[in-house]
Amino acid sequence: MTELSNTPSVDTIVGGYRKRAVWRVILVVAAVLILFATVVVDVITGPADLSFWRVAQVIVNPSVATTKEEVIIWDLRLPVAMMAVVVGGMLGVSGAELQTILNNPLAEPFTLGLSMAASFGAAVAIVLGWSVLPGVGALFVTVNAFVFAMAASLLLFLVTRLRGANPETMILMGIAMMFTFNALLAFLQYGASELQLAQLIFWQLGSLARATWPKVAVCVVILAIVLPYFLSRSWALTALRMGEDKAAALGVNVNALRLMVLAGVSLLSAVAVSFVGAIAFVGLVAPHIARMIVGEDQRGFLPLSALAGALILSGTSILSKAITPGIVYPIGMITSLIGIPFFVSLILSQRKRHWQ
Amino acid sequence: MTLEVYDLNFAYGPRPILRKARFAPLRSGQLTALIGPNASGKSTLFRAIAGLLKAEGTFMLGDTDLATLSPKARLSRVCFMPQFFAANAALTVFDVVMMAHKNLRGWRVTSEDTNAVAQALHDAEIGHLADAYISELSGGQAQMVSVAQALIRNSDVYLFDEPTSALDLNHQLRVLKRIRDAVSERNAVGIVALHDLNLAARFADHLILLRQGEVLAEGTPHDILRRPEIAETYGVDIHITTGPKEDIVVHAYSHA
Repeated sequence: MTELSNTPSVDTIVGGYRKRAVWRVILVVAAVLILFATVVVDVITGPADLSFWRVAQVIVNPSVATTKEEVIIWDLRLPVAMMAVVVGGMLGVSGAELQTILNNPLAEPFTLGLSMAASFGAAVAIVLGWSVLPGVGALFVTVNAFVFAMAASLLLFLVTRLRGANPETMILMGIAMMFTFNALLAFLQYGASELQLAQLIFWQLGSLARATWPKVAVCVVILAIVLPYFLSRSWALTALRMGEDKAAALGVNVNALRLMVLAGVSLLSAVAVSFVGAIAFVGLVAPHIARMIVGEDQRGFLPLSALAGALILSGTSILSKAITPGIVYPIGMITSLIGIPFFVSLILSQRKRHWQ
Repeated sequence: MTLEVYDLNFAYGPRPILRKARFAPLRSGQLTALIGPNASGKSTLFRAIAGLLKAEGTFMLGDTDLATLSPKARLSRVCFMPQFFAANAALTVFDVVMMAHKNLRGWRVTSEDTNAVAQALHDAEIGHLADAYISELSGGQAQMVSVAQALIRNSDVYLFDEPTSALDLNHQLRVLKRIRDAVSERNAVGIVALHDLNLAARFADHLILLRQGEVLAEGTPHDILRRPEIAETYGVDIHITTGPKEDIVVHAYSHA
């Protein structure tokens, strides 16, 4: 009976679990606070020199602002700061759930070809001047990007429905679409004028500068629809991470879950990518950060993935303004540049834990 | 309560796995060992009973036809827990046993839930693994966690597919004893697929011999293990003796 003497008491086991649960709450609260701080910094930094107190005054009481201040804060900086938060959250959630349903740590909206489809849609608008939906006016680049991203995910959805929703099929289909849209995009680029090419590259680099309040509102609405659904399926999604067999044995309809989650993720990432351009990396890294901190119980993993995504993009937004004063760099460039060293250091600092 | 299975047929494409499999009603409180060589259909039989694959046949649990239950309700009454974790996930042993306990219901984890899981880990002698990630477990540890996941569920039928295949001698005996005790205390129907005929003889009240998807023989270990079908099915010479505790000891020799 050697083993029994090593077995901790029930109280010790409960204590260990409680400690982790409290820790999880503390971390989520801390992430919210840090996010709040980055948003504040994001709003007070920018080419126009406005003090923290002046900005706070204008936000609390808009009537004291001069017209210039009102435009800078309410029409430029606040939408950008909010857009960074919601889009970062959307990308974080998309990556987290794609990695979950595909059982693949490399999955993100990029992997499934959605971002490339959006880029192609934008190229159709910029180079050919075609609008897929008539009557959308100046928004036609965004709308085209959205329509193509949704069409790509619809195709993916139909194929996986017909062939059975196994992760290999989904990933291979996604990669096939990524290369297809990439090739089509190259065709358009080849025939494009220099001006169009510059526009297209700028779009692809990703930028928060196009943020407006209506776009922020659209993102919030989409998040408000999709996130509660994901949260309601959190046990099933967590169970899926034990392996399909185990999840099925607990009563999870694995195929149906994969398809529903794929639909939700498609919506989130299509909207995000069409508004801010193809921002790689956030959807990949945010879930990894969350996983390292709280593990993969979706009740902690999902909120923290969203928060990590929001934090990364919000931080990037600050940096994009801070690197060279007076110049706002496209965020797509910065996410990878600052994110990768951070990410690598996180991976290297993880020690494998040993048990027994 | 009894579990009755009859006329069970299942095929993967043209390849039949189960052929008119049927056995006498299994009584609750008893442990049945399902024996048979590799690919004789043991796992498929379990999956069919749990409703995880669509097989034709009749499954009666007491007065309930299992086919009339929703998949989820059927899995609540018939517990079949695969023995290994397939994914490399950052989930702890505590998390996965909690999941089996919560049965995918309710977001909140109460202190009763926490205590139940801690007690289950303690009973299964895996309390020291509570904070370990499932990706860090050895094969034997994963099996012990899986048995704990099964036994924390409140079911009428428990199906265990080779629950001791990766365990050392001491743990084989302890896990099977725990399964037998749980089945008898809960008055549930228990079936264990086993390769080790000595373990089957020691712990099971009833044996079912499966060969190529057909039930070849069933009865008490005393009866079945002495039948010529056993040696014939496994393709070995078998010699039975009586052990020091009046138990059956199976000696197997290959023909060569």
